[in-house]
Amino acid sequence: MKLCATSSVKAAPWLFLAPFLLIFGAFTAWPLARSLVLACQQTFGPTNTVFVGLDNFRFLLTDPLFWTALQNTFVYALSSVTLQLPLALGLALLLNRPSLRGRTLYRLIFFSPSLVGLVFAGIIFSIIFEKRTGLVNVGLHRLFPIFDLDFPWLQNYVMPALILASLWMYVGFNMIYFLAALQNVPRELEEAAMIDGANAWHRFRHIILPEIKPVTSFVVLLSLIGSFQLFELPWALLSGPGPENRGLTIVMYLYQTGFLTNDLGYASAIGWVLAVILFTLALTQQWFNRKETRS
Amino acid sequence: MNNSSNSTTSSPSPSARRLLSHTLIHSVLILAAIITLIPFAWLLASSIKTSADFFTSVFLPTGTGWGGIAWDRLTLVHYERLFLELGIARNLLNSFFISSVTALGATLAASMGGYALAKFRFTGSSIVTSIVLAALIIPAPLLLAPGYLFIYQLGLLDSYTGLLLPAMAPAFGVYLFRQAIWNSVPDEILESARIDGAGEFRIFFTLVVPLMRPMIGAFLLITFLGMWNNFIGPQVIFQSPELFPLSVSINQLKGVYSQDYGLIMAGTVISIAPVLCLFLLLQREFISGLTAGAVKG
Repeated sequence: MKLCATSSVKAAPWLFLAPFLLIFGAFTAWPLARSLVLACQQTFGPTNTVFVGLDNFRFLLTDPLFWTALQNTFVYALSSVTLQLPLALGLALLLNRPSLRGRTLYRLIFFSPSLVGLVFAGIIFSIIFEKRTGLVNVGLHRLFPIFDLDFPWLQNYVMPALILASLWMYVGFNMIYFLAALQNVPRELEEAAMIDGANAWHRFRHIILPEIKPVTSFVVLLSLIGSFQLFELPWALLSGPGPENRGLTIVMYLYQTGFLTNDLGYASAIGWVLAVILFTLALTQQWFNRKETRS
Repeated sequence: MNNSSNSTTSSPSPSARRLLSHTLIHSVLILAAIITLIPFAWLLASSIKTSADFFTSVFLPTGTGWGGIAWDRLTLVHYERLFLELGIARNLLNSFFISSVTALGATLAASMGGYALAKFRFTGSSIVTSIVLAALIIPAPLLLAPGYLFIYQLGLLDSYTGLLLPAMAPAFGVYLFRQAIWNSVPDEILESARIDGAGEFRIFFTLVVPLMRPMIGAFLLITFLGMWNNFIGPQVIFQSPELFPLSVSINQLKGVYSQDYGLIMAGTVISIAPVLCLFLLLQREFISGLTAGAVKG
């Protein structure tokens, strides 16, 4: 009787883990291993494959489309950290007052765009940025009559349009993290600084910023990882990579090579370059955090 | 209570300063709220206008009706076309189906796995935990090509199973549930239930699950939303239009009817309204789920 009970306890964790482990093994671990082989193959569709060694990676180095994709993605990622996050923190600071009226409503409104799927947001903004009829040009023209109704957002100003759309989507989302962090800053610290005569900027710089540093570094990493995987938003916004590939991103190029040109091998090689970029970012963040806690 | 009102320099009276800073804060917030809401308002307005009115009015067409708006010119014709001619109901149902099944399956697998890692000591537990942690940094696009190849080899392309099964092993979820169960399920109640002779699965479903209800609710919502908004997965796995969820079908609609703005906007309203409503009903769970990883992790 006793023996039976302990053996069931021994098997229990594996039974609980079984669904996850089986599916994970089949659809994550196995494809991950397979992608290493695939990255050294040239394929046409799922059945025709040729082993090419490291040729895919060699070709990537001289592939102008890949460099365009890399450059666009870097510009986008940089903008998301330098524009989205300060705006998100700013909104969170404004909202972080228990006495503020309508706080919940504001939070609800700012957060709502991040529920819209990236494809849907891309479609909405593709019409918002239209020449002549789009909301942005019509609105700006009504406010400032010198603004050109034919301003070519989706033709010549692809990246600004993309960044504006992403601001709409993600400022409120990142604000939620900052708000949660700000609520954990001890009130007494701020009050003590106020009694010592520190002004708002000093309190922000020397008390709030250090206190929310762990969350800030988490949000920076999260938005970099997200930015480097950008695909659906420009794909729907521009109905493809856009004029002169101005909206081509790394994952969009991966999708195009894998599923439109049907070279799953080359797509896997692109995937590995992306993975290495993201690993490097995550390791850099870890290193930064460790250095911080030590000093 | 206001921060800037207590500063030492005091040229204007404190209450006047407080009023000023309050007005300033609210103006900035209201402006930001308007910018956030305008695309929604414009989307909704465009979906109920005729094509002619789309080109001549920014929001609702002006006329002689109440509030200076031509209410009688508004139309549901785009919605009628979507449901009657283009069969969007099928896509809507597909989206609901794949999102609900994914949410249920992923939450079940993740909560059970997290429970095993949080509350059992067994050989291999540390290895499994490291695998889960390592899996958190695998970027999903890396698995796109090899995952597609494997699903092809299994003969699961163009089937619900091919899309849903891979989505049911979220390492992120296992990690979240491991942390949450570790923190909020006391070992004593599990032990006393075992002494009373309760089976392991009974303990999980009758003791652990009720304690984890908020976390389960949040994770259900997040995975539902993730699959609802997923585009690349169904785009790659499905070929038959009758399997398409809204994300794929609306994007296709835009390709075919690129000039029919009202139709595209109505399709987009149908696609985003359900998740926005769900969020309005359950916003507390949503937000606690999102921040759980950041604050505890």
